[in-house]
Amino acid sequence: MDISNYLYLSVILFTIGALGVLIRRNAIVIFMCIELMLNASNLALVTFSRSNGNLDGQVASFFTMVVAACEVVVGLAIIVTIYRSRRSASVDDASLLKN
Amino acid sequence: MLTTPALDYNLLAPILIVLGGALLGVLVEGFIGKAYRARIQIIIALIAVATAFGWVISIRTKISQVAAVDSVSIDGGGLFMQGAILALAFVALLFFTQNDHFAPQASALPGSIEEAEAIRSGLQMTEIYPLVLFAIAGMLLFPVAHDLITLFVALEVLSIPLYIITGLARRRRLLSQEAALKYFLLGAYSSAFFLFGGAFLYGFSGSLSLGVIRTTVASTGANHIFLYLGVLFISVGLLFKVGAVPFHSWTPDVYQGAPTPVTGFMAACTKVAAFGAMFRIFIVAFGAIQNDWRPLFVGVAIITMAGGAIAAIVQRDVKRTLAYSSITHAGFLLAGVIALSKAGLTSLMFYLVAYGFATIGAFGIVTLVRDSTGEVNDLNRWAGLAKKSPGVASAFALFLMSFGGIPLTAGFIAKFSIFTAAYESGNIAIVVVGVISSAIALFFYLRVVLIMFFKEPTDDTVSVAVPSFLVSAGIVICFVITLVLGVYPNLLFNLANTMTTLVP
Repeated sequence: MDISNYLYLSVILFTIGALGVLIRRNAIVIFMCIELMLNASNLALVTFSRSNGNLDGQVASFFTMVVAACEVVVGLAIIVTIYRSRRSASVDDASLLKN
Repeated sequence: MLTTPALDYNLLAPILIVLGGALLGVLVEGFIGKAYRARIQIIIALIAVATAFGWVISIRTKISQVAAVDSVSIDGGGLFMQGAILALAFVALLFFTQNDHFAPQASALPGSIEEAEAIRSGLQMTEIYPLVLFAIAGMLLFPVAHDLITLFVALEVLSIPLYIITGLARRRRLLSQEAALKYFLLGAYSSAFFLFGGAFLYGFSGSLSLGVIRTTVASTGANHIFLYLGVLFISVGLLFKVGAVPFHSWTPDVYQGAPTPVTGFMAACTKVAAFGAMFRIFIVAFGAIQNDWRPLFVGVAIITMAGGAIAAIVQRDVKRTLAYSSITHAGFLLAGVIALSKAGLTSLMFYLVAYGFATIGAFGIVTLVRDSTGEVNDLNRWAGLAKKSPGVASAFALFLMSFGGIPLTAGFIAKFSIFTAAYESGNIAIVVVGVISSAIALFFYLRVVLIMFFKEPTDDTVSVAVPSFLVSAGIVICFVITLVLGVYPNLLFNLANTMTTLVP
C-alpha cells in the first residue's frame, strides 16, 4: 500500500481534532480532540520514520505518548476541580473572566 | 558494540541542579512535618536556583558546544537566556514567600466546610515550590534544546506545572480555576500544533536535529510543502507561548486569574525561554529561507504591537492592563527576532532582562495593594495610592516608565536598541508601527501614574500591606536593576554582545 495514505489519514485526524476543539463545548470532549491531534502527529512521525528509513520518528512518538499521559493527568485534574465547583464541564459556563 | 553516550554533565548541570531541587522538594512533601515544610521548601528552591545561576556563570566561556549527543547546545545565546531565567526566577520566588496567595487545599471546594477547616488549621500548598522548580527546569532546557523532541519535551515540562499553579489562587478561586482551564486547553492545543509541525520537519529532512534541518533546508531549497507546513505549525506553537496576536486571547485571562506572584514569574520567565527557543529555531534551522517566513512574522509583530496597545487603553483591572502591556512587549521583542542579526539578538537579550525585572517588580507591588478581602486590582480604587504609600507608588511608577520606554530607565535603552536593530535590517514598517504603539502604550502607563499620584484617595478600605523582608528585597532588586540598566546599560550590553554565538 502507498505510504502516503497514512499521511493523508494523519492530516484528516489532525483536522478533525483541530476543528473539534473549536466547535465542541464540553471541556472533556475538547480535551479528547487535543489527544486526537497528538495521536495524529504520532501517526505522521511513524509514517515519516518508515519513509525516511530511520528510527528517530518512532522514538519521538514514544516521547509524545509519555507527554500526552502527563497532560491527561493534569488536564483531567483541572477539569474535575472545575466540575466539582460548578457542576458543569462546559467551557461556555466558564466565563467569569470576560471584560 | 554499543557505547554509552557522553552526556557532559558539566554543561547540563544548571538544568540538573534545578531538577534535583524539585525532586528533593517532592521528598520534603512526603517526609517533613507541615510545621517546617514551607520554610524548608523556600530554602531548597532559592538555593537550587542560586547554585544553578552560579554554575551558568562558571561555564560562561563555553560558548560553542553541544552536550547530550547533540540534543542540547550550550552556546552564548543559550547560556545568556539560562542566566536570565535563573536570575528572574530567583527574584520571582521571593514573592512566593508570602504564603497567603495560594489556596490552603486545592482539592477543597471553594466556600466549603473543608476549605474553612483547611484555612483554620493553617494548611499551605507547599507543593508550589517543587512545581515552580520543574517549570524553571523546562525553561532552562527550552532555549538550549537542539532537536525537535527535546524542544517538545522542554515545552511541556515548562507548561504543565504552570497550568497547575495557575489554578491555585487563595481568593477568587473560581476565577483562578477558570484561568487554569483556559490556559491548559489552549496550551495543549498549541503544543499539538508544535508537534505536528515537528513531524513535518522530520518528514522533510529525515532528522529531528536542528543542525540537519538547517543543512537540508540550505541544500534542497525552500520549495517543499512539508517544510512550509512544518514552519507554519511550529510558528503557531511558539507564537502562542509568547502571547502574540492572534494567539494572545489566553494572556489577559490567565494573567488575571493566576495568583499574582505566579503571574509575575510566568510573564517574565516564560517570555525569556520562548523567545530564546524561537530565535534559535528560526535562525539556526530556518535561516536559509528567511525571505519566506519573515513577512509572516512582520505582520504578526505589527498587529501584536498595535493590538496590545489599543486593547490596554480600555482596561480597568491592573493585572489585565499589565497583561495587554505584555502582549505589546511581545510585539517589540518579535522585532528583535525579525532583525535576524547579531544586533537583533543582543538587543533581544537586553530587552528580555529589562522587561523581566520590571514585570516581576510590578506584579510584586500588585500583591501589596489590598483591602480586607485580599488584593485590590480595580484601577479606580488605586486612586491616591501615593498619599498612602509614596515609596510603593514611586516604585510602581518607575516600572511603568520602564515599560513605556522613558529615558533613564532600562526600558528606554531596550526599546531604542531593538528598534535600531530592526531599522538596520531594513524593517522600516515595524519601526514606524512600534514607535506609534509605544506612544499609545505610554498613554495608559501615564494614566495609571496619574491615578496614583494626582487623584484624591476615594476608598479608605484600600491600604498598602507592609511587605515582609524577602518581598521588599525583591522589589528593591527589581527597582535598582531597572534604574541601573537605564543609567549604565553597558554593564549588561557588553556581556550580551559577547554572548551572541549560536551553535549551527
